[in-house]
Amino acid sequence: MKTNLRVPFLAAISMLSGLVVLVGYFVTLPGLSDLRGLFLDWAVILTAVAAIVGVANLAKVHWRKVRTGQPGAVFSLTTLTSLVLTILVVIFLGGATSAWSLWLFNYALVPVEASLLAVLSVTLIYAFARMINRRLTIFNLIFAGTALFILITAFAWSGFDVFGLRDIRSWVMQVWAAAGARGILLGVALGAIATGLRVLIGSDRPYSG
Amino acid sequence: MNWLGLVFIFLFAVLLLGLGAASRRAKRELREIPAFTRLAGGIGAAVESGRRLHLSLGHGGMLGQPGASTLMGLTILQRIARTASISDVPPIATSGESVQAILSQDVFQAVYQAIGAETQFDPHSGQLTGLSPFSYAAGALPVVYDQQVSVNVLTGSFGSEAALIADAAERTGSMTLAGSENLTAQAVFYACTEEPLIGEELYAAGAYLQAGAMHSASLMTQDIFRWLLIVAILAGAAARLVGVW
Repeated sequence: MKTNLRVPFLAAISMLSGLVVLVGYFVTLPGLSDLRGLFLDWAVILTAVAAIVGVANLAKVHWRKVRTGQPGAVFSLTTLTSLVLTILVVIFLGGATSAWSLWLFNYALVPVEASLLAVLSVTLIYAFARMINRRLTIFNLIFAGTALFILITAFAWSGFDVFGLRDIRSWVMQVWAAAGARGILLGVALGAIATGLRVLIGSDRPYSG
Repeated sequence: MNWLGLVFIFLFAVLLLGLGAASRRAKRELREIPAFTRLAGGIGAAVESGRRLHLSLGHGGMLGQPGASTLMGLTILQRIARTASISDVPPIATSGESVQAILSQDVFQAVYQAIGAETQFDPHSGQLTGLSPFSYAAGALPVVYDQQVSVNVLTGSFGSEAALIADAAERTGSMTLAGSENLTAQAVFYACTEEPLIGEELYAAGAYLQAGAMHSASLMTQDIFRWLLIVAILAGAAARLVGVW
């Protein structure tokens, strides 16, 4: 097994920058706040550079699919053509906010995403039915019953309130659902703190090493 | 200055380090979470049958609230890549955010370096499939359908679009384990997958996949602070009820 000499160096940078940002979030000191702002600016710049690297990776993956004739190569060719077309439009026809760019956004990207949203609604109904079919437990029945109740009462006619269903709906959403959601979020927050601290103390290293 | 928050984090860190040192000496029994038991079996079966493991890291990125679930996803990826590195078909990771994609490639490279098989590293094993939630999901679908995947692990920040990936995984008959910090995604996973991870179960993955003593210590620390929060909430409610606060 090889020993990577970069690891202690990278861990030290990670821990130091993480600590500055964390302490700077809670404590307002002039020098510390400036340093925190500088680190966050660097993070944003690096994320932007990573976006370019990521798009290059995406193009490379699809180009390989086209070159080797893998299943779905036609879709990969469409992706690559769209990518090149969009880049050319942004570079030569007035930038990202030009009329041409907005035309591409409004008449190509938005309809595709909207159609995926439509597919999603059908997928969710299908998944809902499959869940009932797959495992009929008391928790699934509560989950399904609550979802159906909230959906049905959401479409109630205005001025038509049978047995105070709207009040029951508000009560379910604002008391039971909100309390459950907060309980889950508290658990998630504790998990997030633990995960972040493991990176800060160098126990987890999401980078080489 | 928000000293209370800083003190909370400091106490959490002290307890985490203390329990981490104790966990190295004594092993702690964990309650059974069926998803992780099935995952371990699924990884073994995939390696034996020469089928692929797919890990979807979501599109939350490293900045902000979703960062922790992304980090957890990378830890799971590291464990899966280590276990499956002996397979003929290497695992694949898909991301909806560039930094995640780069980090997933880095994880693969580090794992192959650690086992002395650097030549097996394929940069395409960590892929960016799209930069918006739906384009990411659409880009991940061919991986699920065409790459002979037998285990899909969806861990990270997702929205409702995760249903498209989870549904595809269910249709191909592959095992799906899914968890997210996002409440919408958790509801979607509960309906769409056989093995959903609810709430903080996602953050327990490291302990269940034997990623180290610190992960077990994290679970213990979270349990202790959870009880403290419960006591604080009940005390606050009681004080409010009797009109003290």
